[in-house]
Amino acid sequence: MLIMKNITKTFHPGTVNEKCALKGLNLELAAGDFATIVGSNGAGKSTLFNAITGAFYIDRGLIVLDGEDITYKKEYLRSKTIGHLFQDPLKGTAPHMTIEENMALAYLRAKTSSHAFFSRINAADKKKFRENLALLDMGLEDRMRQPVGLLSGGQRQALTLLMATMVTPKILLLDEHTAALDPATAEKVLKLTKDIVAERKITCLMVTHNMHQALELGNRTLMMDAGTIVFDVRGEQRADMTVDDLLEQFAKQAGKQLDNDRILFSKAQK
Amino acid sequence: MGSIITLSIVQSALELGCIYALVALALFVSFSLLNIADLSTDGCFTLGCAVCAAVTLAGHPILALFAAMAAGVCSGFVTSFLQTKLGIESILAGIIVNTGLYTINIAAMGFASNINLFASDTMFTWAKEHIGGTWYKLIVVILIVAAVGLLLSLFLNTRIGLSIRATGDNPDMVRASSINTGLMVTIGLCVANAMTALSGGILAQYQKSCDINLGTGMVTIALASLIIGESIIGRGSMLKRVAGVVLGSCLYRFIVAIALRLNVPAECLKLVSALIVAIAIALPYLKRQAVFVRQRKAARAQNQVYLSEMNTEQSTEDGGGRSC
Repeated sequence: MLIMKNITKTFHPGTVNEKCALKGLNLELAAGDFATIVGSNGAGKSTLFNAITGAFYIDRGLIVLDGEDITYKKEYLRSKTIGHLFQDPLKGTAPHMTIEENMALAYLRAKTSSHAFFSRINAADKKKFRENLALLDMGLEDRMRQPVGLLSGGQRQALTLLMATMVTPKILLLDEHTAALDPATAEKVLKLTKDIVAERKITCLMVTHNMHQALELGNRTLMMDAGTIVFDVRGEQRADMTVDDLLEQFAKQAGKQLDNDRILFSKAQK
Repeated sequence: MGSIITLSIVQSALELGCIYALVALALFVSFSLLNIADLSTDGCFTLGCAVCAAVTLAGHPILALFAAMAAGVCSGFVTSFLQTKLGIESILAGIIVNTGLYTINIAAMGFASNINLFASDTMFTWAKEHIGGTWYKLIVVILIVAAVGLLLSLFLNTRIGLSIRATGDNPDMVRASSINTGLMVTIGLCVANAMTALSGGILAQYQKSCDINLGTGMVTIALASLIIGESIIGRGSMLKRVAGVVLGSCLYRFIVAIALRLNVPAECLKLVSALIVAIAIALPYLKRQAVFVRQRKAARAQNQVYLSEMNTEQSTEDGGGRSC
């Protein structure tokens, strides 16, 4: 589904702030793959996502999504088939527009052709939105005409997830999308994510700082360091792995200890 | 008050209110929804007025209104082009276009600083023949504003309308969605400036003249109307908010009419307008402040009770021989 070949990206080249964020990264995801990504601070996890969504053009390399070369496709054109959730729950929804309007926007942008400028939602669509919201079990289905700004962070993130997957995307990118939520809400949003991804067999990449999650969720675990993927584990080998094995592997592959304080913190917690 | 407000004052305030409501609706799109302060409004209003007057003079009063709108679209396109393609700050882009429009407006009037249409047919002379009575002007402008308002609120719920609103509301979200922000700004400003120019065009036919300085201060007046309307209606559906803006514009005209009736000299009218604008914009803030002051007063009264209770408790404890 997703093929990335020899991706290189340097920010601020030729200045003192020069930062090689992606260094010859290779990644191949099969359709329906759900891979979790862990890595140190500044390993290039978010940069990898931004390269896929087209927030910037990469310096070198090839990105193919579902058989289409999207390396130099404009961001707004490719994001039609890419779902992207950020850590900040405020980033994914428009606060002064109602829940219904936000969903209408997500639905119309993904569903209709890019020339159907004047398409509107109808009563059947509204009914469908309502049913989808009811699945969240947050009472949002009765607040469809309220502005999204009134919702809590967790509710907004759940809504964003719903919007991103309303029309099944070719790939779903989750950038620590539960990290800013309280534990109970994070749990709920995570379960929702699992259900939706499993039910629709969405190809999915998820950055997490929780090593347990990294091994439990999905079918692959990727470790990133210094702009490349240093470790890729799946299948039986993954099923047998413990968090300590994973950390050990990281030290072996990257030649250093994992320095993501939040990862270590989450390890200590459990 | 009965002597201050006569029927004819109500009538002309409503007429002007409806005409200028279109400018307020334009700012509703550019300022409230897109979050862009479009300072080309003054020049664009005059542009609509000049183009409409010129075409009306040539004998095509209905075509003139569409010509004015087309001119407004062009003006909006240039403003947005400067912003989205040449990277000029939105406020600066508006000022630049506004300055340039002065020459364009003079040119549209055949290099004269005014045109009068007293001998020409306008849509109002047509309405006078077919509708008659004394209310025909009001009927025409209400019909136009109702049609524009309805179309606008329908438009703002289409895919492109929702995208325009999201562009002004959450740029982060828009960047992650498949929305071309540059295109949305362009469309939004074109729609807004078309309404501004239409308003100028209607005014040209309404007062049967056009003057190069007609648009001066228009952006402030429209902003006042917009804010009066938004503070009355608050949030709600698009149709409701659009109606609120029209209402705000009419209310503003009533205030001006009353000021005139109270024998405010005509030379002072701009100052009165500025005052009304300042008050209208400050009012929502002052209202919030007043609520806060009331709350604080109530809380303080209650806190005094708590504090005195604590003091009495402490003094009994101190009596028990506490060292600190």
